[in-house]
Amino acid sequence: MAPRPRGATEPAAERELLSAGDVARTIARMAHQVIEKTALGSGTATPPVLLGIPTRGIPLATRLGARISEFSGVDVPTGALDVTLYRDDLRRKPTRPLEQTQLPTGIDDRVVVLVDDVLFSGRTIRAALDALRDHGRPRVVQLAVLVDRGHRELPIRADYVGKNVPTSRSEEVSVLLSDVDDRDAVLLGERR
Amino acid sequence: MKHLLTTDGLAEDAATAILDTADELKRTLLGREVKKLPTLRGRTVITMFYENSTRTRVSFEIAGKWMSADVVNVSAGGSSVGKGESLRDTALTLAAAGADCVIVRHPASGAAHRLAGWLSEGGTSVVNAGDGTHEHPTQALLDAATLRERLGALKDRRIAIVGDVLHSRVARSNVHLLATLGAEVVLVAPPTLLPVGVGSWPVTVSHDLDAELPALDAVMMLRVQAERMHGGFFPSAREYSIAYGLNEARLGLLPEGAVVLHPGPMLRGMEIGSAVADAPQSAITEQVRNGVHVRMAVLYHLLAGDGGERG
Amino acid sequence: MNEIVIRGARLYGEGDPVDVHVADGTIATIGEAGAVTPGEDAEVIEARGQVLLPGFVDLHTHLREPGREDTETIDSGSAAAALGGYTAVFAMANTDPVADNAVVVEHVWRRGREVGLVDVHPVGAVTVGLKGEKLAEMGTMAKSVAGVRLFSDDGHCVADPLLMRRALEYSTALGVVVAQHAEEPRLTVGAQAHEGERAARLGYTGWPSSAEESIVARDCVLARHAGARLHICHVSTTGTVDVLGWAKGLGIDVSAEVTPHHLLLTDERLATYDPVNKVNPPLRAGADVERMRRALADGVIDCVATDHAPHAVQDKDCEWAAARPGMLGLQTALSIVAETMVRPGLLDWRGVARVMSERPAEIAGLPDQGRPLAAGEPANLVLVDPDAEWTVRGAELASVAANTPYEGMRLPAVVSATLLRGRITSREGKIG
Repeated sequence: MAPRPRGATEPAAERELLSAGDVARTIARMAHQVIEKTALGSGTATPPVLLGIPTRGIPLATRLGARISEFSGVDVPTGALDVTLYRDDLRRKPTRPLEQTQLPTGIDDRVVVLVDDVLFSGRTIRAALDALRDHGRPRVVQLAVLVDRGHRELPIRADYVGKNVPTSRSEEVSVLLSDVDDRDAVLLGERR
Repeated sequence: MKHLLTTDGLAEDAATAILDTADELKRTLLGREVKKLPTLRGRTVITMFYENSTRTRVSFEIAGKWMSADVVNVSAGGSSVGKGESLRDTALTLAAAGADCVIVRHPASGAAHRLAGWLSEGGTSVVNAGDGTHEHPTQALLDAATLRERLGALKDRRIAIVGDVLHSRVARSNVHLLATLGAEVVLVAPPTLLPVGVGSWPVTVSHDLDAELPALDAVMMLRVQAERMHGGFFPSAREYSIAYGLNEARLGLLPEGAVVLHPGPMLRGMEIGSAVADAPQSAITEQVRNGVHVRMAVLYHLLAGDGGERG
Repeated sequence: MNEIVIRGARLYGEGDPVDVHVADGTIATIGEAGAVTPGEDAEVIEARGQVLLPGFVDLHTHLREPGREDTETIDSGSAAAALGGYTAVFAMANTDPVADNAVVVEHVWRRGREVGLVDVHPVGAVTVGLKGEKLAEMGTMAKSVAGVRLFSDDGHCVADPLLMRRALEYSTALGVVVAQHAEEPRLTVGAQAHEGERAARLGYTGWPSSAEESIVARDCVLARHAGARLHICHVSTTGTVDVLGWAKGLGIDVSAEVTPHHLLLTDERLATYDPVNKVNPPLRAGADVERMRRALADGVIDCVATDHAPHAVQDKDCEWAAARPGMLGLQTALSIVAETMVRPGLLDWRGVARVMSERPAEIAGLPDQGRPLAAGEPANLVLVDPDAEWTVRGAELASVAANTPYEGMRLPAVVSATLLRGRITSREGKIG
């Protein structure tokens, strides 16, 4: 029952889609977009709550939050939302360990921005919306992803996209973040 | 993991995974109005209790319901069991009716293992909710969860289990789990309430509670059942209570921060003083609360995945 | 006229192969191989150097008839006995109704004769209904057509010391033997398994060795004072062997049996949770098993008895505490003795003849069983292939029930033929 380390599968042959510098610039650009879209800094709006989806959504949310605070001068609460208990594919895979859920504040009537590394089928986000509903009733829920690789299986789209990457289903997109990996990068390779 | 039948042989990483899941579930549900998780939607869990036990059955039932499983309760009184149907036939019937998991309490030691054997061909998981005087693994897991909460890691912690070890499935499950998690276990009981053969257990044995208390991180008091009091295992309830009861004076011998546990139901004034049960050292209410989260975690580990081996 | 020649057998597994000529139920002649010229109608059994022994005698069998014919009948049990090499078995009294009167013992005796595959000797109950309250009519049973020689409440201990004293005293006038199931019931309340580390771990209430040893010691003392003969059923503990050694040293007239399963299996079997391993007395620790083997080899334990105990599926395929104790034994006994005693060199085949035929026949006072292999002796014989092996399959055994703990085990020694008074009762695994 030892948990399989997730995100640890490196693609066999890989191509770098985003370099470390690209990752930093992309996150900065997304931060500006969030500020603009949530009218942050206008003085009247409550800051959005950023909730990262484990594993890499969490450091991504932290970084995005830091940039947003830096650019707007407003502290943005960030936290984590584990969706494992809400997944619809649990019975297709070995038991997964639960990741942490950490809500920095109540989410009722707030703007919540879900943050994930890669948007693929949309099923994780569907699970996240269900999880969110059990924690409260946000005014608006938005989605920020570093990479949108297509192949949606549900009617879900992101509000903020770092980079759109057309992929084939046999490919795998890996996001590396220095907080949990050895460096920042986005890689594309063949699924093993 | 297919079944949870004992803690004897339960690997440390498997035990820790369940405890970690229980911790996360507790945190995730903390302060929520809606406790229900959709995780086990469409799964059917049957509790089959051949012995009365409100607290354990209810704890499992709540755990299942909070995970959105369909929970069906079968009690020996109100079913074909009362008509003399064998355990095997009852089990096969429940499996055929579509049970994904059977939670069983039975007065015969080993009954849960037998059940698991009969159900091995189907996909039905078995959870041992107490078999005779053998094991009660979820009680040990919830005790460990409670101790971890109070003490942190259990490695090298010294924990005494006091009382009727001979007839206690709680003691057996705790001995193995605590040893697996690295704790030092001391059994404190009169010789008549220790099993012959206890020498092979990963424990030390003592007959002197007062001598043990000052070095303990936790003390787990076992219930003394009424029938033992008349079974000649010790001269009188009074003498037992004097030698092995945890009264206020003894509570004072425990180091600061030490924890008092009791699996319940308690006999206040017998094995545990009333004031002791309500003292800040007592984690008895937390045990009950953690029971639900631990049982949710067990159901999660048995039923949420595809049942395959994890790499 | 019934004539058989067993060609090329080694008597007791010793010396050169000889031809054994059987006629009219007795051994007519024994001569060197090829020396005997049988008549034209004679049946020839080619022994090819196999071991010829006197037919086995089992002092402890449960044939379940009357009462539990769904698990064994005198018919099926006799077949199992013949296939196992037995020419006489003692059928225990715990039937339904209990064999505590002349009517029941005569019924069992008569059914045994009708089937004719093995001499079925009914054991009479010591106390009425095996209740341990009042002596059964031992004299009437002894003088009945069945001629009961052995009395036992087996399954229950004659626990009351006064009643046991009376039974032993009374038996001296009848020239019969009381066989005790030694289990002090106050020490085994709720007992499920050998009291020791394994039972402690698995939460089974312990069956302490002292419950057996204390009764054996008590009864040896009672037998000494009564001047009676005493037989101890299914010895299972080291302490009992110590007590028996002491008693025999004092000249007390006590004999004892050990079962094949107590020579082979230990309480490690408890880990299976499978009640096919549940038996009374329980499977003991490894040290006990070692001691049983040595005691059988050196004669402190006199003989092997099967405690053949058929049980229905529903009484075994259940939780441990609900299961009935007991296991099949008639068809596996020889192989277990070969495995545990012959292979390690503790007994030779002459020793096997002693513990499986001669001593039990002596203990029960059977004049025509366990006799020497010599001309003029009754032809109660078993031919054993010591080199063959077989795999135990409960479903293939002759018993109605199939509760063998040896399922799937590969064991040495196969019964090639059994002869009861010169008539073939089993040959190559088939009846008659």
